[in-house]
Amino acid sequence: MNKFYFAAEGETLNPLIPHTSEIIVGAVAFTLLFLVLRSKVVPMFEKAFTARTEAIQGGMERAEKAQLEAQRALSQYNEQLSKAREEAQTLREEARVQGVSIVEELRAKAQEEAARITSAAHASIEAERQQAITSLRNEVGALAVELASKIVGESLDDQARQSRIVDRFLDDLEKSK
Amino acid sequence: MLALVRQGAEGEGFVPPSTKDFELPPIFGDNPYTTKPIFLVLLSVVLISVFFIAASRKAAVVPSKLQFAGESVYAFVRNDLAKDVIGHEFLRFVPYLFTLFTFILVNNWFGIIPLLQFPTMSHVGFAYVLAAFTFFVFHYIGIKKHGVFKYLKDIMFMPGVPKAAYILITPLEILTFFLVRPLTLSLRLFANMFAGHLLLLVFILGGEHLAQGALALKLVSPFAFGIGIVLTFFEFMVQCLQAYIFTLLTALYIAGALADEH
Repeated sequence: MNKFYFAAEGETLNPLIPHTSEIIVGAVAFTLLFLVLRSKVVPMFEKAFTARTEAIQGGMERAEKAQLEAQRALSQYNEQLSKAREEAQTLREEARVQGVSIVEELRAKAQEEAARITSAAHASIEAERQQAITSLRNEVGALAVELASKIVGESLDDQARQSRIVDRFLDDLEKSK
Repeated sequence: MLALVRQGAEGEGFVPPSTKDFELPPIFGDNPYTTKPIFLVLLSVVLISVFFIAASRKAAVVPSKLQFAGESVYAFVRNDLAKDVIGHEFLRFVPYLFTLFTFILVNNWFGIIPLLQFPTMSHVGFAYVLAAFTFFVFHYIGIKKHGVFKYLKDIMFMPGVPKAAYILITPLEILTFFLVRPLTLSLRLFANMFAGHLLLLVFILGGEHLAQGALALKLVSPFAFGIGIVLTFFEFMVQCLQAYIFTLLTALYIAGALADEH
């Protein structure tokens, strides 16, 4: 190898011919650097990369989760709201129907009551008329008999006769009408 | 060191920089393990290790400034190179690609860092070493995944090709996988660094030489330095690009070896 340097003084050397020393040192130096970087540097950087990726991914996952949660809550609220609206609608509808039926019922009841009162009144009037007729008939009979007995002068105490006379009288009265 | 070799600068006119400028003698006696490129490579290992260990030691979810700086480089290799190219198995290869990228990048940067100012990779030995590593890595992965027989068969007889085409394709494929790939990988890196350094030497040493000449030449020398500075920025871009390309191609080769049909 040394002849190379001595030769440098005279003739030109081919720069493509390597020096043995440089090949050996180059190989050793490169291997050394490789071992140092592989054992000390690369794992540390990779660790930092992984940690960073995880941190970013974790943050994104958390954000995604929160968003999902919010969306779920929103849809829940919306659902509840629409349910409440629906319920209110049904209640209103029910109330309306109920109101109508109450009015209907009341009207029917009132009509019934009115009818009842009317018929009761009719009945009592009828009864009173009957009573009046009966008492009138009795009184008129008695008066007529008394009057007649006074006129005829004969006693009409006999019950059978009396009633017969009265009937006849009344019949005549009716016929003359 | 360079100035020592350059005896022509004062006397008999300008000696343009040549491959001789890359032949740096050992610092301690004749020991070939004490040259500048060797020290630079070792320095790069120390610098990269210290920086990334410091950056990742307290790696947290919320990064410090230092962690962020180290992590950006790591994430670039991990996501933009390994993950996008290799796919779901990429994590296994991140340490190798990460080492490759940072190692090449820092050693390339040495070409423009003041006082150091020598791109290690302009010595072809280092580039060969890296290409050899990649060569073994992707072949090893392919053989481990498919078995020796199937792996070689897939390389030599590419599936889905008409049989007659094998006459042409088989030699080309063998050449590609076992010669062209490692060779282009190393030579691309080496040549870029070599040429870049040479270019900077031309303008900066040229500017220096002009400044020592007659008055008219003195007036021109600032332009040479100016171009040298512009080219330094350009070199920075090339240095980053070469580190990227080497790593990207390695990732592509690994992806190819992992694929069911290469």
